[in-house]
Amino acid sequence: MPLPSVSWSSRSGRALIVQGALLALLILAGAALWRNTQGALAARQIRSGFSFLSEPAGFDIGEGPVPYTPRDSYLVAFAAGLANTLRVSALGIVLATVLGTLIGVGRLSRNVLVRAGCTAYVEVLRNVPLVILLFGTYLVLTEFLPEATEPISLPGSAFLSKGGLHAPRPLWAAGWGAALLGLPLGGAAAWLLARWARARRARTGRGPAVGWAGLGLVLAGPVVGWLLGGAPRGLELPEPGPFGVAGGLSLTPEFLALLTGLTLSAAASIAEIVRSGLLAVSHGQAEAAGALGLRPRQTTRLVLLPQALRVIIPPLTSQFLNLTKNSSLAVAIGYPDLVSIANTAMNQNGQALECILVIMAVYLSVNLVTALLMNLYERRVALVER
Amino acid sequence: MRRSLTSLPPLALALAAAFAPVAAQAGKTLDAVKARGEVICGVNTSAPGFSAVDSQGKWVGLDVDTCRAVAAAVLGDPAKVKFVPLNSQQRFAALQGGEIDILSRNTTWTLTRDASLGIVFAGINYYDGQGFMVPRKLKVDSARKLGGATICVQAGTTSEKNVADYFQAHAIKYKTVVFDTAEGIQSAFFAGRCQAYTTDVSDLSGARTKTARPDDYVILPDVISKEPLGPAVRRGDDEWFQIVRWTGFLMLEAEEAKLTQANVDRMKAESKDPAVQRLLGTGDDTGKLLGLDKEWGYRIVKAVGNYGESFERNLGPSTPLALPRGPNRLWSQGGLMYAPPVR
Amino acid sequence: MPTPAGAAGHSELGGPRLPPERPGGAWAWARRNLFASAWSTLATVGAVSAAALVLPATVRWTLLDAVWRPDYQACRALDYRGACWGMVAEKHRLILFGRFPNAEHWRPLVATLLVVLALLVSGHPRAWRRWLLGLWATVAAAFFVLMRGGVLGLSPVGSEQWGGFPLTVLLTLAGVGASIPLGVGLALARRSGLPLLRAGARLYIELVRGVPLITVLFVATFVFPLVLPQGMPLDALGRIVLAITLFQAAYMAEVVRGGLQALPRGQLEAAESLGLGWWQTQRKVILPQALVLVIPSFVNSLLSTFMDTSLVTVVSMYDLTGALRLALGDAQWRNFFIEGYLFVGTIYLVCCFGLSRYSHWLEARLGRWARQEPSRA
Repeated sequence: MPLPSVSWSSRSGRALIVQGALLALLILAGAALWRNTQGALAARQIRSGFSFLSEPAGFDIGEGPVPYTPRDSYLVAFAAGLANTLRVSALGIVLATVLGTLIGVGRLSRNVLVRAGCTAYVEVLRNVPLVILLFGTYLVLTEFLPEATEPISLPGSAFLSKGGLHAPRPLWAAGWGAALLGLPLGGAAAWLLARWARARRARTGRGPAVGWAGLGLVLAGPVVGWLLGGAPRGLELPEPGPFGVAGGLSLTPEFLALLTGLTLSAAASIAEIVRSGLLAVSHGQAEAAGALGLRPRQTTRLVLLPQALRVIIPPLTSQFLNLTKNSSLAVAIGYPDLVSIANTAMNQNGQALECILVIMAVYLSVNLVTALLMNLYERRVALVER
Repeated sequence: MRRSLTSLPPLALALAAAFAPVAAQAGKTLDAVKARGEVICGVNTSAPGFSAVDSQGKWVGLDVDTCRAVAAAVLGDPAKVKFVPLNSQQRFAALQGGEIDILSRNTTWTLTRDASLGIVFAGINYYDGQGFMVPRKLKVDSARKLGGATICVQAGTTSEKNVADYFQAHAIKYKTVVFDTAEGIQSAFFAGRCQAYTTDVSDLSGARTKTARPDDYVILPDVISKEPLGPAVRRGDDEWFQIVRWTGFLMLEAEEAKLTQANVDRMKAESKDPAVQRLLGTGDDTGKLLGLDKEWGYRIVKAVGNYGESFERNLGPSTPLALPRGPNRLWSQGGLMYAPPVR
Repeated sequence: MPTPAGAAGHSELGGPRLPPERPGGAWAWARRNLFASAWSTLATVGAVSAAALVLPATVRWTLLDAVWRPDYQACRALDYRGACWGMVAEKHRLILFGRFPNAEHWRPLVATLLVVLALLVSGHPRAWRRWLLGLWATVAAAFFVLMRGGVLGLSPVGSEQWGGFPLTVLLTLAGVGASIPLGVGLALARRSGLPLLRAGARLYIELVRGVPLITVLFVATFVFPLVLPQGMPLDALGRIVLAITLFQAAYMAEVVRGGLQALPRGQLEAAESLGLGWWQTQRKVILPQALVLVIPSFVNSLLSTFMDTSLVTVVSMYDLTGALRLALGDAQWRNFFIEGYLFVGTIYLVCCFGLSRYSHWLEARLGRWARQEPSRA
């Protein structure tokens, strides 16, 4: 068997040589950088390495679902930051999708006023930087709302002030656990029902429409669980105190401003995606479905939506990722997301490189997971396409 | 975000290495400064009394005087300073990276900073402590009574950690709002987002002067920490470190010897006191040991005056801050300011 | 026996029919566009009543009751019933030019106007000739001379004093401009036949696109000072420009790749069959066509970078957004922040809206041009 000739005159030889040189260069550069880094850090006695992660962070975090005290380690602090990032991103994604879909559909409305309003929204929101939106919203919340000590009372024992929005929070009881358990059970029941209906339709040619029943099952699961669990109704009510409202569910102005800004700006992009997705399905499809005798609602559900979704989902996913990345602007308005926490941490311990690497690693992992899910989805869609 | 992403993590590490620091020369700062004809000094973006731009666009303040004194000693002209305003995040990176020669930005000297950031503190020009400021209408008279309050604190400062320690030690519940810039945190506080603002007392006094109605805010008597503030330089350049350190000491010695901006010329011509002569370069040559000329001390006093003068000019009763001299009095007057002898 | 009931219907359907008549007139238009259905009517009524509620108040606040003089007492007396445009009148120079010395404000103004003029000239496809590069080189040189000074009797102004709109323009154009060659290189590498090169380019692109811009700005602020060898002529501004360039290059690479993929394979094969080498093929055949294809996407990158530069305020640069915050640092005027944000927001809106309209126009024009091209050949 002849060996591939490694010479400059052959194309494969050139490729090998160029790549070999490239690899050698990369390795050399990497090694030099590594050595230099260590040298520089050691010479200046700048601390390096990730051992700080297990040390107590010592600073406090204003809010978040993760129980955290200043005695916890940097690692826990980062986790608390990540939880805050995910919290605002997840809520933002849901709200922006709803708002964006409404506006995207509105841009295709036959009513000229609705169309104009939705177009104006999209054009304005897409052409103003998010940072401006965030600063503006935050200032409105903190300048114009009343002092925390004199909050506005909202119906349902809620309060709004410079301290944020305070609402009643259900007290944890065993019944809520049962309700939580009911959700996957309801979901499973809905899935079984849908499977049965599909099988029946495949067998007999006619099957009941189970969409609403399925939704009902999903919703009924937690309700039944809650009832079986003794229907706990205890609420923790927020109470005005000497320094503002305390107790209950509290949403800070930082969180509200970030959520509002992210939602409003992402909704504009999502509206465009939805609109172009709907436009991408050719008119003939709807007519053909009509000719086959499908009712308008069936046409939408069985013909138009699946095709539009195939166009919509990929750019929608990258919008979701964008929103998650944009939530890092939290640092500008003092919401303790991952980037803010890392920013604080690097100022406290001076290990900027390590802290930035943590941010990058987390964001890349989020992207990675999303990309994997997207691939699964795309494969599914590709299978449906015959 | 295609399939390729799965191969990212190992390669990401390779790229991370590419972002890693290259060895920087532990350069001869003094030579660089002389060649440049300018001292580059990192100061606070806006801390009245320490470093702020006055209405004529001139930098003034206690920390600014430190920079001017070094410029006077090294280059013979207190105006040959370039001021680089830095926020609290940027300050250490700017010094580590060689962007500035001195960090004179009301920075607290702590063990962690001295030992792990690649910088070294060259003295203390203000003994401070951390306090709380609250709106007067809340009628709070002690930090202990802030249970349940929301407290504004700047990210990445010693204040952030001290306040956590303090409330933990006293088992007081509180919430924080954290911004990464002084401007951000101050505007949040003055807008009424927080019931209290905590940082160094001198900083609180300075922030208060920036509001439209300073009398609406009170600084609580509680001081919860030690905050020795002073200039810092890069590690590994002992010569430059010595110059900055002894510039500070000379200003203290000058006050002790009652040398002032006004009398320094006369004293230089007339004084027969060997201690004064050493300070002003008419006796033993103290500059040579630092790599400077004989009259370095004279030029410092001529340029910015002694420490007491600088304090009075920037922080004292005649200024809007009106801070008492307190622990920053000379040791001979019951304070903490004590300089080793210049000899 | 079934009666031919359907037959009658059939005969009715048979034969040519005119399209349904579309009545003209305002009322008919309104019926179609405003009252087509119950929902539509409801929406119309809702929209009109909302407008009736909001519009007069808005007009009153923005125009009728507004104070236009920089008169603080008059603004306070308004008690927010009208806009205090006096805030903008008082602070517009600070907002537009940041901390650039007041007496020298004509310099950033002229510099920015030059750049905007050059942009307008470059906008028309007829100007896409070699001389355009020369024009930009001249304009860039003039920009820096005007901003930096120190020659021609201009007093030197350090880059730490640059700010406002000129800084935003500089960050955008320098970032996008420098990212084009990098992006082209990355895109070519990503499509190269060498697996290692391909993997490297892909890694870089995915890595950068995966992280938020703010992280990259942090790297520029906190890590670059350690990475870059001392004595390198790169100040804080230079590092930020470098970071934006490196960040933008990854996105630019994807834009260029889109153009490369849109080219038919035949182009490559034709070039190869003519005996052109790889470099020649890329330079003479592939890139010229691909780059023209992606010009509308370039404009969109320009637009998003223009908006993204507002993030630099987080790392204490005083671009348009940062300068506004600087202006709001004034305890007196900060009460009128809404006016300030509206002012700056409008600047962004006008610029970005203009750019996006231009991009649409260009797309349509180039689409026509691209369709015509084969017939011309």
